[in-house]
Amino acid sequence: MERHLDKELQELKTEILRMGGLVENAIGVSVEALKQLDRLAAEKVICSDKAIDELELGIDEKSLDLLALYQPMAVDLRFITMAMKISTDLERMADLAVDIAQRVLELSGKPLLKPLVDIPRLAAVAQDMTKGAIDSFVGADVSLAKNVILRDTEADSLRNKVQVELINDYIAKDKSSVSRAIPLLLIARHLERVCDHATNIAEDVIYMVEARVVRHHQEKL
Amino acid sequence: MNNTAFSIKQMRAFYGAKEVIKGVDISIMPNTVTALIGPSGCGKSTFIRSLNRINDLIPSFRISGDIMYRQKDIYDKETDVVELRRRVGMVFQKPNPFPKSIYENIAYGLRIHGLNIKDTIDEIVESSLKKAALWDEVKDNLKQNALTLSGGQQQRLCIARTLATQPEVILFDEPCSALDPISTAKIEELIHHLKQNYTIVIVTHNMQQAARVSDYSGFFLLGELIEVGRTHEIFTAPKDKRTEEYITGRFG
Repeated sequence: MERHLDKELQELKTEILRMGGLVENAIGVSVEALKQLDRLAAEKVICSDKAIDELELGIDEKSLDLLALYQPMAVDLRFITMAMKISTDLERMADLAVDIAQRVLELSGKPLLKPLVDIPRLAAVAQDMTKGAIDSFVGADVSLAKNVILRDTEADSLRNKVQVELINDYIAKDKSSVSRAIPLLLIARHLERVCDHATNIAEDVIYMVEARVVRHHQEKL
Repeated sequence: MNNTAFSIKQMRAFYGAKEVIKGVDISIMPNTVTALIGPSGCGKSTFIRSLNRINDLIPSFRISGDIMYRQKDIYDKETDVVELRRRVGMVFQKPNPFPKSIYENIAYGLRIHGLNIKDTIDEIVESSLKKAALWDEVKDNLKQNALTLSGGQQQRLCIARTLATQPEVILFDEPCSALDPISTAKIEELIHHLKQNYTIVIVTHNMQQAARVSDYSGFFLLGELIEVGRTHEIFTAPKDKRTEEYITGRFG
C-alpha cells in the first residue's frame, strides 16, 4: 500500500541528497582551492554556504512537520530522526569547508611553507568518507557505512602526522614559519573533523537501517 | 517465573468451529502495563476477555491451553468466577455506567460482594473516585444520575467502579476510543498512576496510545501473537516485518 507518508519521506530524502551534493562539492572546491591557493575558488566556497544553511533549516522544518503530523513509528521514525541528525552533520561539514577556504585566503599570496604531501592525502580520505557516508544513506547500505566508520582512524593518524611534522620541523625551529604553519595545521584539523562528521552520518545510517546503535561503540560494528 | 501475574501457554480459543486464537504464549508481569495492538479481528479482544472469563457468557466459546493467574488455572472447574472477576476487573470500550446515581454505581458492586456497612461504603466510594481522578468533579453531586456525566467522566466512573472491589488486574478494552483527546489524556494519566498498584492490560487501536502508556506491547495478527516485547523496542525497532508493516501503516 503506497502511503502519503512515503511521498513525503521521498521528498525529505531528495532534500538530504541535494544538501549532500552541495556539501561534497564545497569540500571538493575547498581542497582544490588549497592545492592551487586559489582565492577565487575559496571565495566561491564561502558564498555557497548560505544555500546549505537554508537546506538544513528546510530539512529540520520538514522533519518536525512529519513527526507532528504522522507520528511515525519504527523505520519511519528512525528515518526522519536520522534525517535531522544527518542534516546537522552535513551543515557542519559545509562550515568546515568554509573554514578551509578561509585558511586558503590566509595562505594565498605567500609562498607555501612546504610542498603538501599528507594534507592532500587527508583531503582525499575526507572526500572519500563524505561521498561514502552520503552514498550509504542513499542506498541504505550498511556495509558501505561500516567502511566509512573504519576509515576514521586513517584520518586521525594523517592529521597527527601533519601536526607533528609542522610543529617539530617548522614551528619549533623557526618562529617566522608560524604564520604559514598554523593555517596548515588548522586545515589538517578541519579535514579530520570532516571525517568525524562523515563517521557520524555513517553511524546514523546503521541505526536507520538496522536499529543498532554503534555510536561510541566501535566493537559493535 | 513465579512472580508473573498471568502465565499463558498455548492459548487456543474458538467461536464454534472458528479458531480465533491460535496458540498464544505470553507472560504478564505484575505492576506493568501491557498493550495489545493489531488489526480488527486479530483476536486481541478475545484474548483480553479470556483473562477474566467474560467470554464464558458466549455459548459457542471454547478455550484451551494453560491460562494461569498467580499460578492457578483460571479455567479450572474449582475457579470462583465471581471472585476471579473481582480480582481481574474490566473497563470496556463504551462507558457503561448503571442508570443510577454516581454513588450507587460504585456502592452496587460492593453490596454484591457482601459489604453493607454504610460508612465503609462511603469511604470506598470516595477513595475509588479519587483514584479514578473523578472525585473533585463529582463530590458535590454524588446523587446525580451517572448518565448525565460526560463520556470521559462516565469512563472514569467505570474505572472507579472497577477499583472499588479492589482488583489486582485491570483489563482495558479500548477504553478511549469513544473519548475526546482531553478525556483520553486523563485516562492515560490515570493508567500511569494505577500501574503502581495494579497490573494493567490494555487493548487499543491507537498506536501512539500504546506507545505512551505501556511497558510491554504485543502485536496480534490473525489469532497469533506475532511479537511481544518492551514497548520502546516494538515501536522503534520491531523485530518482525509484519509488526513493522502494521505499526507504520503499510499493511494491506
